Amino acid sequence: MNYTFIALVENKPGVLNRVASLFRRRNFNIESLAVGRTDNPDVSRMTIVVSCPNGDVDAHRIEANLYKLVNVIDVQDVTHQPSVTRDLALIKVKVAPDRRAEVNGLAEIFRARIVDVAPDSVIVEITGTEDKIEGMMELLRPIGIVEMVRTGQVAMTRGVNDGVRRMPGMSDRHYEEVPVAAMVP
Amino acid sequence: MKLKGAEIVWECLMREGVEVVFGYPGGANMPIYDAMLNYPVHHVLVRHEQGGAHMADGYARVSGKVGVAMATSGPGATNLVTGIATAMMDSVPVVFITGQVAAHLIGGDAFQETDVTGITLPITKHNYLVTRADQIAETICEAFYIARSGRPGPVLVDICKNAQVESCEFVYPEEVKLPGYQPVTRSPRSLLDEAVALIEKAKKPVILCGHGVLMSKAEEELMQFAVKTQTPVTSTLLGLGAFPASHPLSLGMMGMHGEAYANNAIQNSDLILAFGMRFDDRVTGTLKTYAPKAKKIHIEIDPSEVHKNVFVDVPLVGDVKTVVSDLIPLVDEYDHDEWLEEINNWKNEADSRSIMNWEDDGKLYVAHLIGDIWKATGGGAIVTTDVGQHQMWTAQYYQLDKPNRWITSGGAGTMGFGLPSAIGAWFAAKDQEIWAIAGDGGFQMTAAELTTAVQEGANVKIAIMNNNFLGMVRQWQEFFFEKRYSAVNMLTPDFVKLAEAHGVPARLVTKREEVGEAIAWARKTRGPVVLEFRVEQEDAVYPMVPAGSALHEMIRRPVKQAA
Repeated sequence: MNYTFIALVENKPGVLNRVASLFRRRNFNIESLAVGRTDNPDVSRMTIVVSCPNGDVDAHRIEANLYKLVNVIDVQDVTHQPSVTRDLALIKVKVAPDRRAEVNGLAEIFRARIVDVAPDSVIVEITGTEDKIEGMMELLRPIGIVEMVRTGQVAMTRGVNDGVRRMPGMSDRHYEEVPVAAMVP
Repeated sequence: MKLKGAEIVWECLMREGVEVVFGYPGGANMPIYDAMLNYPVHHVLVRHEQGGAHMADGYARVSGKVGVAMATSGPGATNLVTGIATAMMDSVPVVFITGQVAAHLIGGDAFQETDVTGITLPITKHNYLVTRADQIAETICEAFYIARSGRPGPVLVDICKNAQVESCEFVYPEEVKLPGYQPVTRSPRSLLDEAVALIEKAKKPVILCGHGVLMSKAEEELMQFAVKTQTPVTSTLLGLGAFPASHPLSLGMMGMHGEAYANNAIQNSDLILAFGMRFDDRVTGTLKTYAPKAKKIHIEIDPSEVHKNVFVDVPLVGDVKTVVSDLIPLVDEYDHDEWLEEINNWKNEADSRSIMNWEDDGKLYVAHLIGDIWKATGGGAIVTTDVGQHQMWTAQYYQLDKPNRWITSGGAGTMGFGLPSAIGAWFAAKDQEIWAIAGDGGFQMTAAELTTAVQEGANVKIAIMNNNFLGMVRQWQEFFFEKRYSAVNMLTPDFVKLAEAHGVPARLVTKREEVGEAIAWARKTRGPVVLEFRVEQEDAVYPMVPAGSALHEMIRRPVKQAA
């Protein structure tokens, strides 16, 4: 099954490569990886979705190995935690003007938006969970998908609950207490 | 104080207490070598960067300090790679400093440019690319801290040439700021109590002593714990020396070529206490049948080792010394006489097969030679090895009572490690006797360092066990490939002449009766000495657990019939 991790890492050159290389080296399969800055410019946040055929045992290994990277500050597993997960997709659909209304209608149902219109194609922007995006793709495919791009999942836990932290000494840690403040010069 | 980057490198090394550096200059690190002349540091000019890496490794293992090796960019740095991987697999603290082309040339395939941080990413604990002079002090300070703390390991600092020549204000950081690097040293009381409950119930406990015991200097604590709980101790290849081999509770080495009684003890135990070891495949055999009746307690500083190969009942993440100290007052005194008696019976059975009890049959056996060297040196020398049959025989028969004198490439299994690591060891312990035990194959991989030994006057004794074979591969071909010998028959040079060409006194030994005198001669001759032993060609290391077999399914040395 797929596990979702949130990792806070130092915003330095090469850190993404270190994380990606780790997953390759330890033989884990990344399903999606999304990286961006946080409110602290010295800290980046990664949402990593990884296939964990051995469940929690694999999740433990992934956490432990991530912490072996000096630039990784915090890792939590939000797989089993109530959380908001979002993926954004741009889907270019080949559609003649007379069928545009059909695409428009679908977009409305999925709360997606048409962000570009050309004589024989449109770009649909959709944000949501993976399921929702897959659902929309299913319906657009018969009309004619030309190309599509996805950002990969980002995730955030709901309310005050964090995900699971399995490493020794980390289980009581809260997101606010992660020592990223120390990094601001 | 404004200094050039190259000077800052040395200022930092001085503050870290570095006395000796093993290296090789080249285009991209020339400013560092120029600045070196103004600092009180001894530089050892190696003959190949791999040798330099192994020397720094050997130095670190014997001294307990961080070793330092240097190389230039491109091929200089790539030649270090085997040595870095060796240090990584065995958790040895070494800082590697490499030169890199100027920052503005990076990515342009400049002369001798190689992506060294990219190449060494998976084989270092951490690495850095330094593009500005003002990053050097902080980076080197962090590199030493990371190399020696937590689970030690190699750290590489790649310094661009422009950073070496530019100037900046020099301030050595008083502390490192690494928010993501906080090794755990202590286990919580609740887990210690769980461990104690298992220890109380155990009837057949056994301690597996690994390299971590040596790295955390926990020999005393191990002894106290073992004696108080009357628990026998068996070692991994790298844990040898942490517990005295002559102690009644010692079971010697476990694993693929471990003692049969040690492996039997593990397979029959009801509690395994793993101290600073990682359940490598060479010590477990197949995991399906590994220690099936045993509960497992794992004391280990690296959380990623917990449950990695073997699922354990109580993981105690922390520094072995701290965790065992915390455990000792919590456990009662026990006796396990019945269990020790059971193990003793296996021991007696093993004695009957021991090659050490064979009569002289006119052939030279490596096991006998190791025994002879052990006797001559009172078992107190620092011993380094290459990799293969001679390494296993040395592990089995150079029985150590003291720590930090057994220097061998365990995890990586690097041939060519013996001679250079012995030279490095000599710099850490010049007053001690040092023997490098090598095979004919491994010795030829780094034989060029003989000149380094001569140039430095390194007092190392080199014993080459020459069977004109790549012995361990030959043994596998004999056991598992129907004796179809493929690429193992090896022509060797005249090692005596080779040594003499380097200015090293040398002797060839072909008969057992010459052995004692040759060893005595080597010991009293100052400086490097080579002894070439023409040994029995097709002897095999016993016991042997075939790869993928259960730990108790050993191939044993046949009992020799009396003539």
